[in-house]
Amino acid sequence: MTDIEAPGSAGTQLPPGEREFTVRQRTQTQLVLRRFVRHRAAMVSLVVFVLILLWAFIGPHLWHYSYEKYTEDNSKPPSWKHPFGTNSSGYDAYAQVMRGTQTSLKIAIMIALGSTLVGAIWGAIAGFYRGIVDAVMMRIADLVLTLPLFAIALVISSRTGGSWYWIAIVIAGLTWAYVARVVRSSVLSLREKEFIEAARALGASDVRIIFRHLLPNALGPIIVNATILVATGILTETALSFLGFGVQPPDTSLGLLVSQAQTAVDTRPWLFYIPGAFIIAIALTINFIGDGLRDAFDPRQQRVRQ
Amino acid sequence: MTSAVLEVEDLSVEFGTEDGTVRAVRGVGYRLDRGESLGIVGESGSGKSVTALAVMGLLPTGAKVRGSVRFEGTELLGLSDARLSDLRGSGIAMIFQDPMTSLNPVYNVGYQISETLLRHNPDMKQRDARKRAVELLGTVGIPSPERRVDSYPHEMSGGMRQRVVIAIAMANDPDVIIADEPTTALDVTVQAQILEALETARAETGAALVLITHDLGVVAGHTDRVAVMYAGRIVETGSVEDIFYTPRMPYTLGLLGSLPRLDREEARLTPITGSPPSLLNLPPGCPFSPRCPMRRDVCDTDEPALRRAGGDLHLSACHFADELVDTGADQVFDAVGADTEALARFADAAPATNPEEDPV
Amino acid sequence: MTAPAQAASPLPPLPGHGGTGEPVLQVRDLVKHFPVMSKGIVRRRVGDVHAVCGVSFDLYENETLGLVGESGSGKTTISRTVLGLERATAGRVRYQGHELTELSRRQMRPLRRELQIVFQDPYASLDPRMTVHEIVAEPLRIHGRYGSGAGAEVSELLRLVGLNPEHGNRFAHEFSGGQRQRIGIARALALRPKVVILDEPVSALDVSIQAGVLNLLMDLQSELSLSFLFVAHDLSVMRHVAGRVAVMYLGRLVEIAPARQLFARPAHPYTQALVSAIPLPDPRKERARKRITIQGDVPSPVRPPSGCRFRTRCPKFANQLTDSERTSCVEEVPALVDRGGGNPVACHYAESVELL
Repeated sequence: MTDIEAPGSAGTQLPPGEREFTVRQRTQTQLVLRRFVRHRAAMVSLVVFVLILLWAFIGPHLWHYSYEKYTEDNSKPPSWKHPFGTNSSGYDAYAQVMRGTQTSLKIAIMIALGSTLVGAIWGAIAGFYRGIVDAVMMRIADLVLTLPLFAIALVISSRTGGSWYWIAIVIAGLTWAYVARVVRSSVLSLREKEFIEAARALGASDVRIIFRHLLPNALGPIIVNATILVATGILTETALSFLGFGVQPPDTSLGLLVSQAQTAVDTRPWLFYIPGAFIIAIALTINFIGDGLRDAFDPRQQRVRQ
Repeated sequence: MTSAVLEVEDLSVEFGTEDGTVRAVRGVGYRLDRGESLGIVGESGSGKSVTALAVMGLLPTGAKVRGSVRFEGTELLGLSDARLSDLRGSGIAMIFQDPMTSLNPVYNVGYQISETLLRHNPDMKQRDARKRAVELLGTVGIPSPERRVDSYPHEMSGGMRQRVVIAIAMANDPDVIIADEPTTALDVTVQAQILEALETARAETGAALVLITHDLGVVAGHTDRVAVMYAGRIVETGSVEDIFYTPRMPYTLGLLGSLPRLDREEARLTPITGSPPSLLNLPPGCPFSPRCPMRRDVCDTDEPALRRAGGDLHLSACHFADELVDTGADQVFDAVGADTEALARFADAAPATNPEEDPV
Repeated sequence: MTAPAQAASPLPPLPGHGGTGEPVLQVRDLVKHFPVMSKGIVRRRVGDVHAVCGVSFDLYENETLGLVGESGSGKTTISRTVLGLERATAGRVRYQGHELTELSRRQMRPLRRELQIVFQDPYASLDPRMTVHEIVAEPLRIHGRYGSGAGAEVSELLRLVGLNPEHGNRFAHEFSGGQRQRIGIARALALRPKVVILDEPVSALDVSIQAGVLNLLMDLQSELSLSFLFVAHDLSVMRHVAGRVAVMYLGRLVEIAPARQLFARPAHPYTQALVSAIPLPDPRKERARKRITIQGDVPSPVRPPSGCRFRTRCPKFANQLTDSERTSCVEEVPALVDRGGGNPVACHYAESVELL
């Protein structure tokens, strides 16, 4: 069946001097990007997500109200002056949602980066050495997975004063094990590849093999997982803050905003629904981006399209 | 004059890919007489397997197939799946490189052979079908077939499975057997056994054979005629003697010259430089011209047609086929190896740094 | 490193194995078993795959020794075990006074500069995330030789194997199979090794491409005085490149001889069958050939046959021998010794036959 696959590996025509390159012309990265760009939902989501990101981080510098300053208007519905209205204390909801989105995103991204870094290295070491090292490391990871994320997060974050990075560290400390498992399984198959054996035959050290060969080749699943962790992070942070164990006032997050507005759902619905909509929008866009990345990294996608 | 059992005319196959249209097969035609055997040789990507799949109607739906394939006068292209299924097995049987493509892992081999028999002979009794299955397994050289008939494919070695596939192929006395690299995945000693089984199958059924392979040795021993494929086309065809002793296409000559041989000592091989062209946006002209040492200006503009060269049935697609009379591969191709200048420099040069203490 | 201090006294050469000059790599009674584990939670060792069983050979300076056999013969395991990529179960591998099987990974490291390998699959053996330049430079980096001028050295290596050095910033998958195999060869040569193990270096390539790689390897050997251990299943390729050929069957060496002699007058029934099974690309000769065919498949290396391992498929055992003669095939492992034909053969009833 090799002949059928040949078209997939065919490349574009080249200048005469480089004629020998008849095999595929694009690098892995280019291929992944190309496939991602073709994934419509993922592309739209990416644009929306980047807009939200810019708005949350740059917006506060341009907006004339601060999230921690009272205004003279109490409990006003959305208007030109206060696009998202104000709450009973007179805070401008637009400024607060911006700040809340920023905090929530900061936490979520920190969770994704932290647990990816730890989990990827942990999983790579376990998968590379196998045997007893693997058994011990993965049992520890399994143990972390069995811990009730919520209970632990509640206990610890209630003692750390609700600063955003503590919340991120606590949640990351409980989610890295997912990444470790994913990376371990890709490393287990990668380590049997001939290029790893080739590196060994050259005398490469274990550190070199893990960091120069195994991890770069496991990049696909790592990136996909990191994306999904951003969504998990947002939702976990929101839930914690909603219960009052997350971000503490005067700082704010999307979860805290929703929680503070729960009594006002009927009277001042804008205070509840707008931050809620942001939570959903962020979680959804990130999931679509994750889907797009997964499809783009999936080698089965290289097949001839019909 | 014997009538042809299989006639392929101007067959072309295109696939749509992310990068554009790949023209995998470009106007292939051949004619197979009753009981005759034709070898189709070519390297990977030459279109030899796609041609076979197109003939069998087994290409994925995305493939655009044009031309004509006639089996005993009946046009196969455009035939409904049901009609094609009837023909497959009883008229044309196919043997693939990987026997597991055609075997179902959840049924024992006896059941699979009987199923084929019963499908095309509804009147046959179950018991007779089983008896015939045992017989067929014996014919293809499976030891103790009475016992093996109840084995499952996974209990058998690769060679055994391929024999079972051959038994299934010959079950309904086909007129044509198409074997696509039937021995490529096997060890040489097993390959010899499978080729023998294939010969037996042909002798028993009188079927014509299309043997698709990259191995010129297999073709030399088992076929009457040969077609050499390159970049989706047949570039030379003729009797085995024509092809092996008086090739008239530089590509064929190059293939023969790059083959190390057991029966003689050659000082040096003459490889064909470069690699086959991409079948996407194929440039005009002869597709072999970028690798051809005989290339002239006309080769870059006109693709040569398959024309008579030498004997009646010896055709070659080369503008300069006549110049190849009595020419050896070493007269046309260079025996390139390492870059001699670079090699001399490398041999003289001392290592970049002295092999001192190792930085551990 | 205490290497130079150690006396590099070679082991006595193997009688009748041929070869001239100094042996560089000596393998004695090499054994490699792989454990077979039971399934389930408590995984017990239920048996062993007898991959390599008591193989001995010498590799001489500037020679190509071919190691030929079908799947399951253990030829690839030998190449891995010699390089310490697999730990030998028993036996010795001696290189320049070092007993390689006794060395730790750290002690082995400096020796890796001199012992290199080219792998079979040019698609799997190059890291897809590295550019060609990085791949070829990696051995230099690992051994601390990537200094100034290393960039030029890598370019020179690429030129040497017939690649355009300007393509160094491309990734391996942008090259065709033959070009990739050349990259693998450049990587193996980077440290200027003395011994290169070629593990089926051309079997994944198309014929027209294969010839170029073979020519390259032969040029490299003669110019750089390399010793090649050439592992392959293709006898035609073997005949073309190898000076001496060792034939393996189910973990044992069955015959070793100069290539010309081995193909002209094979003495072991397995070698005869192997030579017979190779189709010749010459219709008249191919159809007129005398053949010795064998039946069945290679038995499981977990429970190899007693005595001579080839007896279950041996045409001689099946058709020519008397019952009393068969007893020694069943009970006695035939030693690899010269039985009058001029080269060592591991068959009690070896007899040279002309097949070509």
